Amino acid sequence: MANELPDKNNEKLESDPIVEIIDMHKWFDDFHVLKNINLTVHKGERIIICGPSGSGKSTLIRCINRLEEHQRGRIIVDGIELTNDLKNIEKIREEVGMVFQHFNLFPHLTILENLTLGPIWVRKTAKAEAEETAMFFLEKVHIADQARKYPGQLSGGQQQRVAIARSLCMRPKVMLFDEPTSALDPEMIKEVLDVMIDLAKEGMTMLVVSHEMGFAKSAAHRVLFMDEGEILEENTPEEFFDNPQHERTKLFLSQILH
Amino acid sequence: MQEVHQTTVMKPPITRVGVIRWARANLFSSVFNSFLTVVTIYFLWKIVPGLIRWAFIDSSWATTGAQCRAGGGACWSIVTKNVRFIIFGFFPYEWQWRPLLAMIILFSLLIVSRNRRYWKKWLGYLWLIGLFVMGLLLKGGLFGLPSVESTKWSGLPLTLLLSVFGLTAAYPLGVLLALGRQSRMPAIKSLSVVYIETIRGVPLISLLFMSSVMFPLFLPEGITINNILRAQVAIILFTAAYIAEVVRGGLQAISRGQYEAAESLGLNYYQKMRLIILPQALKIVIPPSVGILISAFKDTSLVVIIGLFDLLKTTQATLSDPRWMGFSVEAYIFIALIYFTGCFSMSSYSRRLERELYRGT
Ligand SMILES: Nc1ncnc2c1ncn2[C@@H]1O[C@H](COP(=O)(O)OP(=O)(O)OP(=O)(O)O)[C@@H](O)[C@H]1O
Ligand SMILES: [Mg+2]
Repeated sequence: MANELPDKNNEKLESDPIVEIIDMHKWFDDFHVLKNINLTVHKGERIIICGPSGSGKSTLIRCINRLEEHQRGRIIVDGIELTNDLKNIEKIREEVGMVFQHFNLFPHLTILENLTLGPIWVRKTAKAEAEETAMFFLEKVHIADQARKYPGQLSGGQQQRVAIARSLCMRPKVMLFDEPTSALDPEMIKEVLDVMIDLAKEGMTMLVVSHEMGFAKSAAHRVLFMDEGEILEENTPEEFFDNPQHERTKLFLSQILH
Repeated sequence: MQEVHQTTVMKPPITRVGVIRWARANLFSSVFNSFLTVVTIYFLWKIVPGLIRWAFIDSSWATTGAQCRAGGGACWSIVTKNVRFIIFGFFPYEWQWRPLLAMIILFSLLIVSRNRRYWKKWLGYLWLIGLFVMGLLLKGGLFGLPSVESTKWSGLPLTLLLSVFGLTAAYPLGVLLALGRQSRMPAIKSLSVVYIETIRGVPLISLLFMSSVMFPLFLPEGITINNILRAQVAIILFTAAYIAEVVRGGLQAISRGQYEAAESLGLNYYQKMRLIILPQALKIVIPPSVGILISAFKDTSLVVIIGLFDLLKTTQATLSDPRWMGFSVEAYIFIALIYFTGCFSMSSYSRRLERELYRGT
């Protein structure tokens, strides 16, 4: 699988950062959930974030599109700094796609309507064009024949692929994935990972919270390990999995591998 | 790949059963059930024949009150002879076709609107035109129609006016209040809470009294608001508070993931609510909302206490006529049927809407 991808180690990344997080802190009331986060994501870069439950992985990527608000430091996405300015937040959300653990499709809309909603209302695309784009991405996730169905009629794996297509329809510059396969039955995980690998091949910038080692090894440039709100270790997938530096990383890896 | 097995096509088992099987399953399934069935049959046998006799065999249909008394059965004549007063009240007799036509327009619009496929822009325009025409028919003063004082508006048209406007205005207001109660802005939130809790804490009657007695105190001298409008405002304000609480329940049932998915697409607050959250929340609360609308429809009859002549009051006025005294049962059955038709259409429509909306999800 790994050799299907362009050799990611030699792949030349454009130097412009698309996401920059500088000295960022976040609290939930008194609870210091993210501590001194520094992270730069370049265009086309794919980063895997892993770590024990409760370490703040979801919170970190949710800060990038302001589903959570940070209290200190700066987050700059596509040149725009995240502040309380609603217009900026909406602009950033247009450029940042998000895929959730539980898909969060809109159950009252058909698959096609789920996909065209953002382009029509946010991007002001004409309906026909939006539907064309939607069908294009549904083809891509191998699910075009389900366009007229409702989310409730699809399997989990199919729903997650629709969710990915829904984000893609907005033509995002960055995609965030929060444990996209952990709510799926084992036999459906592969179909979703395959779609994500296709995306990686096309050079999409991706931040993925996941413990899927295979995906990390074949598609990621970097793996971040988080524990107790800090980025504890950061390395290439090969080094990270084969030669972890930190005691807590070793402990964590031994837990997910066995 | 897995092998595909050919299976023989099986018909579903036959579920239709004979009358006896049905009766045994539903009426005599246990000793207690059999006992209830027997008791029920006994009472029906005692009551129904007498009722039919009273209502149909011995009844008078188009006689005077005195003849009715001689007949002994139901006196439907009180309805047939007074129907125009019961329905139209004090609206000038020769112009009563005007409210009649207005009601026909209203019912046609309601019937067309039942079909969700017609929920397009043109239907909105049709309603606007319809409302204008209906208003014109009632009020007059244009196109050679003599003007009719709103104090003369009474009977069924008044009841319909109060309820249709009351309910259609109360619903959106209630939704806004529910959203306000959820708002992150403290001022809007507390205003909504205070409003909802205050209104829910007082009975409709006191609101009606207040709007008819207290409103005028606040208004500058010389300006009067007509009684119907006051009652209308009170009904809207009252119903909206209840709708708000029901809608809030629906909003709380929508998972956070739906909000987040909508937000992460870049939808703004208004789009998120209108396209994602409200359609789902309102669908959940169809049954309780219709319950509120039905009770609001019936509650419009409380306007009698501030001197409006709605359907109930015109009926009472008919009954106070010495020629027709003593036939209140028949008259009340008649208006009960009218109210029932209204309520029943609402609840059957709500069931249909629910079925349609849940199809596929
Ligand atoms: N809205 C919230 N309010 C208060 N505390 C929260 C909130 N959301 C998350 N937390 C806490 O913040 C910490 C980090 O949560 P987060 O969801 O980011 O962890 P995670 O690394 O994604 O874990 P998991 O692998 O279980 O998804 C946890 O201790 C969690 O209980
Ligand atoms: Mg998480």
